[in-house]
Amino acid sequence: MIDLRNIRPYGDQMGDGAVQLSFTIPLEYGPLAREVAKQFCEKLGFQDITVTTMEDMGENFTFFVVYAKTTISVDASAIKIVAPKFKKMTREQLDDLVKREFNRQIVVVGATVGTDAHTVGLDSILNMKGFHGDYGLERYHAFKVYNMGAQVPPIELVKKAREVQADVVLVSQVVTQRNIHIRHLTELMDLLYAEGLREELLVIVGGPRITHELALELGYDAGFGAGTTPSDVANFIVQELLRKSSR
Amino acid sequence: MDRPRIKLDKKIVDYARELAKEITDEIQEMIQQHSTVSIERTVLRLFGVDGVTDDQIPIVNSVVDKLKEWHMLEDGVARTITNAMIVLNKDVQTVCEAIVDGLDLRSLPRAPEEKISQMMREISAEALDSIERKSQERESLLEELGDPPQPYKYLIVATGNIYEDVAQARSAVNQGADIIAVIRSTAQSLLDYVPYGATTEGYGGTYATQENFRIMRQALDEMAKKVGRYIRQVNYASGLCMPEIAAIASLEGLDILLNDAMYGILFRDINMIRTFTDQYTSRLLCAFAGITINTGEDNYLTTADAIERAHTVTASQLINEQFALKAGMKPRLMGLGHAFEINPEIEDGLLYEIAHAMLTRELFPDYPIKYMPPTKFMTGNIFKGYAMETLYNLVSVMTGQSIQLLGILTEAIHTPYLQDRYLALVNANYVFNNARHLGREILFKEDGFIERRANEVLKEAVKLLEHTREVGLLKAIEEGQFADISRRRDAGKGLEGVFRKSENYCNPIQEELERRLEVKG
Repeated sequence: MIDLRNIRPYGDQMGDGAVQLSFTIPLEYGPLAREVAKQFCEKLGFQDITVTTMEDMGENFTFFVVYAKTTISVDASAIKIVAPKFKKMTREQLDDLVKREFNRQIVVVGATVGTDAHTVGLDSILNMKGFHGDYGLERYHAFKVYNMGAQVPPIELVKKAREVQADVVLVSQVVTQRNIHIRHLTELMDLLYAEGLREELLVIVGGPRITHELALELGYDAGFGAGTTPSDVANFIVQELLRKSSR
Repeated sequence: MDRPRIKLDKKIVDYARELAKEITDEIQEMIQQHSTVSIERTVLRLFGVDGVTDDQIPIVNSVVDKLKEWHMLEDGVARTITNAMIVLNKDVQTVCEAIVDGLDLRSLPRAPEEKISQMMREISAEALDSIERKSQERESLLEELGDPPQPYKYLIVATGNIYEDVAQARSAVNQGADIIAVIRSTAQSLLDYVPYGATTEGYGGTYATQENFRIMRQALDEMAKKVGRYIRQVNYASGLCMPEIAAIASLEGLDILLNDAMYGILFRDINMIRTFTDQYTSRLLCAFAGITINTGEDNYLTTADAIERAHTVTASQLINEQFALKAGMKPRLMGLGHAFEINPEIEDGLLYEIAHAMLTRELFPDYPIKYMPPTKFMTGNIFKGYAMETLYNLVSVMTGQSIQLLGILTEAIHTPYLQDRYLALVNANYVFNNARHLGREILFKEDGFIERRANEVLKEAVKLLEHTREVGLLKAIEEGQFADISRRRDAGKGLEGVFRKSENYCNPIQEELERRLEVKG
């Protein structure tokens, strides 16, 4: 039986707390760098620390791979997970449901905002072709999709949402540096409020560094992280819009 | 370079090139009728104008905007500015600063035409002479230090701070990098000016400025002398300032510029006439300065399927080649691009990758082909990503690619950490060394999968080129034939910066470049 109140990483025995780490220490390759790496891991709460490789990267930088163990554990029984809520329905079911309940297409506007030039995430959710055999939103009769692509200024996205009378705004943030994605997302939300559009829209954000929790914190309706399939997003949109309209 | 061969149908190869030539002939006529604000700013830069106004606006922008406001731009900046230099008896910098401070050129008297022409010719010749000297300087350093074996290991730095970039570049060179590219700040391609001075703030990259070019050049040359091999420096000449970046790159001795005839149109929504016109001037400069261009065909595969749309890469390579030839470029400077982007879940995906890599290699045998790493199917599983990069490196060394942009195991996560770059080099050093002469041992089966697949992609490319010639390149782009992205000729960024040349239009820099490169304008 797994003790849910005491979960820690698993190496090859339950409860061993084995972890692998890799990092760079900005010191010249040598015993001092090794000792710093070791003590750093100790301060993180690790024991049984083995430096399995220490390599000279030049210019006074040293690369480490470290194996270590920890006795720290987490009480999994006390954790509540926040995730977008939806039942998984098939594409046909969703198409039928939308036809029955809305009798029109749901209008979705998607964009990668700010300086981010990556459309990979957005495209895999929106494009006909989809991702991993899971068709994109364009494939659904239920949706009318406007994909604005990358590097869209938040104000342009807001304009488009108004122009096409969007039901849903989908924002993607893939590559980011110094948390600039947070700034872009906040800016977009502020604009939506300023333009009086926020209440009538479902606003969703996706990207490898996005969590549902972060999305809610920023005032979004949902956040989808890595591993999200287009059908997840499709299901959430339809079911959440239904919930909204019944409120 | 020892590499295996495949047989391509020669008749189809020739036909494909002829199609690409006809497609670009039509565009070239349009290019000759137009100029752009960036081309005019390039003239000013090469005339010797430097610096920014109190509001940090480059003086060249300020002057070109003024001339536009005075309806004097249609003739080009050169004659007007040269006239002012003669009449006022001042150098070009002083004249341009005076314009910024309010000098109105409309009220100036006119110097004799002959005197203006002579002075323009002298200034242009002087500018090109200094580029030529810089280029010779590079060549003798290359000779002195020695050229590393291919594939060259190409690494990116992108901290946003040029001084931090230098530290990371030095570390990368220490570990075996042959080429250092500084990624420019993400939104820079859409700026209609070139930022000024050394910069320490940028997002997803570092601003491309002349001073940043100089700082990195100096650091790389120092490192090159230390490690005893020539280190190449790369930046970007795509976006709204293609010709200006090419100009400052040639003044600062860069080796490679990312420069694609259609990238800006498709992936940055820059107006097509603007991009086509700008790319011509930028490539004249590259051709003259001996700067290798790298084209961006890898991007086609990040938006579309790498197997289904493989032929769009080939078609674009052929179009890029023809545009480059028109600008006087020699094959040795044409780093046409492609990529290793096939879904790793596909059975025999590696055979497809080899077939596509061989097709590019065989179509463009002596060209410094640029091979791009997996990005689309890289995930947060860095261990699997690292395995994919191993295969990518193996295909490259085996098929004899020239420039290898090293894959980074954290591609899908963040801009590279120092250790990510280090591990990329560990991988490439291992594979390239371990399989150095694998290529010379390989015979691909005659009419086997790889040879058949390569010919099949070529045939598909011919179909696309036939259609493109039929409707014209502008229309084909409007139809979304390339990268599944549709752009309109009368839309896109930078359109307001394009203008039709007047009958009196004059661009002495371009004329001198065309004359020295022996291309007909």
